[in-house]
Amino acid sequence: MLRFIVRRILETIPVLLIVATLTFFMVRLAPGNPFDTERAVTPEVRKNLEAFYGRDKPLPQQYFTFMKNLVTRGDFGPSTRYPNRTVNELIGESFPVSLELGLYSIAIALFFGLIAGVIAALRPNTLSDYVPMSLAMIGICLPTFVIGPLLILIFALMLGWFNASGWFSPIDRVLPALTMGGIYAAYIARLSRGGMLEVLNQDFIRTARAKGASEKRVIFKHALRGGLLPVISFLGPAMAGIVTGSFVVETIFQIPGLGRYFVTAAFNRDDGMIMGTVIFYATLIITLNLIVDVVQVWLNPKLKFE
Amino acid sequence: MEYWNAPYFITPSLHHSVPDPMPPLLQVENLHTSFHTRHGIVRAVHDVSFSLEKGETLGIVGESGSGKSVTCYSLLRLIPEPPGRIEKGKALFDGVDLLSCSKNQLRSIRGKRVSMIFQDPMTSLNPFLKIEDQLIEPLLIHENLSRDEAVKRGVKALQDVGVPGAEERIKAYPHEFSGGMRQRVMIAMALITKPDLLIADEPTTALDVTVQAQILELIKKMQKEIGMAVILISHDLGVVSGFCDRVNVMYAGRVVESANIADLFARTQHPYTRALQKSIPALQPKGAELYTIPGMPPDVSKPIRGCPFVPRCEFAQPKCENPVELLEVEPNHGSACLRVQQKELDLTSEDLR
Repeated sequence: MLRFIVRRILETIPVLLIVATLTFFMVRLAPGNPFDTERAVTPEVRKNLEAFYGRDKPLPQQYFTFMKNLVTRGDFGPSTRYPNRTVNELIGESFPVSLELGLYSIAIALFFGLIAGVIAALRPNTLSDYVPMSLAMIGICLPTFVIGPLLILIFALMLGWFNASGWFSPIDRVLPALTMGGIYAAYIARLSRGGMLEVLNQDFIRTARAKGASEKRVIFKHALRGGLLPVISFLGPAMAGIVTGSFVVETIFQIPGLGRYFVTAAFNRDDGMIMGTVIFYATLIITLNLIVDVVQVWLNPKLKFE
Repeated sequence: MEYWNAPYFITPSLHHSVPDPMPPLLQVENLHTSFHTRHGIVRAVHDVSFSLEKGETLGIVGESGSGKSVTCYSLLRLIPEPPGRIEKGKALFDGVDLLSCSKNQLRSIRGKRVSMIFQDPMTSLNPFLKIEDQLIEPLLIHENLSRDEAVKRGVKALQDVGVPGAEERIKAYPHEFSGGMRQRVMIAMALITKPDLLIADEPTTALDVTVQAQILELIKKMQKEIGMAVILISHDLGVVSGFCDRVNVMYAGRVVESANIADLFARTQHPYTRALQKSIPALQPKGAELYTIPGMPPDVSKPIRGCPFVPRCEFAQPKCENPVELLEVEPNHGSACLRVQQKELDLTSEDLR
């Protein structure tokens, strides 16, 4: 297993280098540049800016400088939007916020999603299947920018239980976590229902019942492991998306998280920030997929680390 | 008391007023099981009655879809409900009606006193759990054993069914076993609690021919050791004839003939059984074209009023469309053929052969 993990980690290095290279050239070759603003700057100011950010050098040289800093120090360089701030600082400040919110959301999503999915699978095509699955369908169909304001309207403005927005006291985490977690709970409910239904129809479940196993034993000992495999596969990439935050949720609830940078960096032509967010996200995806693969082998004895 | 129309005769003893001196181990009466699907009601088992003595071996033969497996799954209420439903009937096992007893009581019988082995050992074992966990599960459920003791019994059980290297193999997963070995594990698992009744649902169908005989031998050997009764479901008359004391022949969800194995072959009393025998290649003259029964089994989702075999039967007459039930036509020999019952048809006579 250790060999498998080490090999997979080594494999990610060229992937990340390619991602970094492609992003770098795509950003640089796109028309316009960070210093194009509505208010025209004088040529002298522009020259100084370009010199400060190293943009006056030839492109290959810029590329090698960038890659050298990235590989040796993990340094994404300065932000061209926020003066005197580095991309690393900005990510370092905002990622913990998104991570915290993301972990709450995942906890909510897993808790409600798994319970709903398993209950639905136990009595398919009855009320206890239709009710949670209809809720899940609604959850999938309603975008966060509808659910978020709706929750604010009901629980903050009408009932007054929470603040409408902000990220100060622990109670401020509730509404955004519900908004984000709700959507993923819906997906997880549908996936776990499908997975459990498939496993519960297998012959070996009948064998377990023939042995006199109780329903509880059938579900928890025999069915859950196989039934949750689809959820695990989904969770890897989904988690990368959740812990890096959501532009919509962070905007609605005024949360200083990482999610908004994914959008604003592109709008502002903040080249350093674009590079930072893309590579950071790619690293997360790769890491989480690796974890998912390991968990799957652990859950399914038929798979082996090759 | 004859066992096939037993319900009419023994009704008083069901109320425990007259204790039967030797009640059978299992007595199935008027079992009806159907599946309520979108395309109508499939009457998979229709009015099946039979009984089984302690230590006896009963074969149930029939084509695919004749209801033999559903009959046995109904006994332990293992058919998926919905869409399946046991419409009526009784299955008295040692005085307990398996079809109406509480779930807890049923669970205490499943895997402890009545065990099952299934057709496909590839899918009947849980691929996510080690053999050990599955093998000793009946012991953990039914007998108050510590895990260590249960594992010891598990190793012993694997050795008894001829799994080499049982002590190490018990830690393996099902996919690391061959088909025959897996069926051995299934047998060890079913017999680990020394049940009174083993229901074997086509235990050799999914196996190599060379392994089939070994598995049947093994079941026979274990039966002798434990003294249990066995119900063997098979579509292979040959397998059944070498293995069973009695045979129920099923067709379209009904038992059409029921007899001791010798009588079933020597004194056949139902045209369907006869047609089945004629289809055994080894019994036909060399070089002759193989005999097949013309037509297809009936669609059991449509109600069948008379004998279900009429459309394919060479002896059918208009009166065969009238309802018919299994009746004793010779001592201990039941047939559901109206013409045989009315002594019009003698299938045992030589000139029919």
